[in-house]
Amino acid sequence: MNKDKKIKELSVSAIKEGTVIDHIPARHTFKVADILKLQDLENSVVIATNLKSTKLGMKGIIKTSGLFLDKKLLQKISLIAPKATVSKIKNYKAIEKTKLERPKLLNNIIKCVNPNCITNNEPMDTKFVVEKEKPLLVRCRYCERSSNELELL
Amino acid sequence: MKFNKKDIISIRDFSKEEIVYLLDLAKKMENLSGKEKLLAGKVLATVFYEPSTRTRLSFETAMLKLGGTVTGFSDPNASSVAKGETLYDTMKMLDGYIDIIVLRHPIEGAARRAAETADVPVINGGDGANQHPTQTLLDLYTIVKSKGKLDGLKVAMVGDLKYGRTVHSLAAALSHFNVKLIFVAPLSLKMPDDLLGELTVSYIETDKLEDAMQADVVYMTRIQKERFPDPIDYEKVKGVYVLSEKILQNAKKGLKVMHPLPRVDEIATDVDSTENAIYFEQAKNGVTMRQALLALLLGRLK
Repeated sequence: MNKDKKIKELSVSAIKEGTVIDHIPARHTFKVADILKLQDLENSVVIATNLKSTKLGMKGIIKTSGLFLDKKLLQKISLIAPKATVSKIKNYKAIEKTKLERPKLLNNIIKCVNPNCITNNEPMDTKFVVEKEKPLLVRCRYCERSSNELELL
Repeated sequence: MKFNKKDIISIRDFSKEEIVYLLDLAKKMENLSGKEKLLAGKVLATVFYEPSTRTRLSFETAMLKLGGTVTGFSDPNASSVAKGETLYDTMKMLDGYIDIIVLRHPIEGAARRAAETADVPVINGGDGANQHPTQTLLDLYTIVKSKGKLDGLKVAMVGDLKYGRTVHSLAAALSHFNVKLIFVAPLSLKMPDDLLGELTVSYIETDKLEDAMQADVVYMTRIQKERFPDPIDYEKVKGVYVLSEKILQNAKKGLKVMHPLPRVDEIATDVDSTENAIYFEQAKNGVTMRQALLALLLGRLK
């Protein structure tokens, strides 16, 4: 418990401006890092995972300085971390805290896994309908193939 | 009921009420057939990016019977497609001078894309392994026409239930009704689990053709060689089910045999002359169903 708290304090103090994403299911921490393309960032980034969480069992936290997330990125993260909270940090303070929400319709957020889908054969946006929340099941509006959480990202 | 859809893209798009409405409309069409030139002055484009003589001829006949005319292509190599034109551009162009489009395309989702692009109605004539909704509608119409109902029937589907787009859509559509399904397939070609999971009617799975003889309708399918990644797998299952007059001697009274055609060897020709066979009638019903759909989408039939 003490250890977790320490990490939290350390990393928060490390960020003057940026974004903190908390309550990521631990198994998806690095997938979220992938989505954010953190490997390409030059600013400081803290990734912590396998932290104890009363809600999630094990959770991950990502703190990035100088990075703010647009709606599309938030929606993409919501697919694998629907309970994550995203805080915008300015001057070491959280000025805005949003709980992620999974949209019912995903417009141009993810790619279809079916190579024979029209969306992978013509320049166009993708569309997916969320058919089931738990476990996540989405269906491509075009080729109608359904994908689960593991196939998606 | 008011039918509000502009296009016919996927059987998934239709409620039970809409399906029943379309089946009633085909019946209505049958009574008018030939007497009225409902679609005089209208032009249908059959836009076929892969060959399908059967589907194309069926649509073209439907249009001609209603007094309309037909244009289009069935060999994309001879058209601007070969020059790299996108489906989007082809549809935008056709939209300017055609009244209705039937699209056949090897890529899944092409029909939805076309429908979103064109203002004129688009009918999906088959998009890759995905959907072929007019086939499903004509199958349902054939069942209703020969059995007088859908509710209360036992329907068996035989053959390639894994790759067969036709049986997937038919099973999904029948799920709207009070039916029992019997799936007859070798283990390697059984109905995929995700599709079984979507069914809302009771079903049994078996690998014996004899089990289908208790049904009211038996839907035979061809085992398609081209679908098999490994030719050895095909050799193992080819010719596994052959429905013959002899097997039909144990059939439930009034059992009807359907097949989307073309058949290879899964129905022996001695079945053709039995009272059970309705597969050629089924193909004929396809023209009626398509007449109804063309007239509906062009606003000439309600």
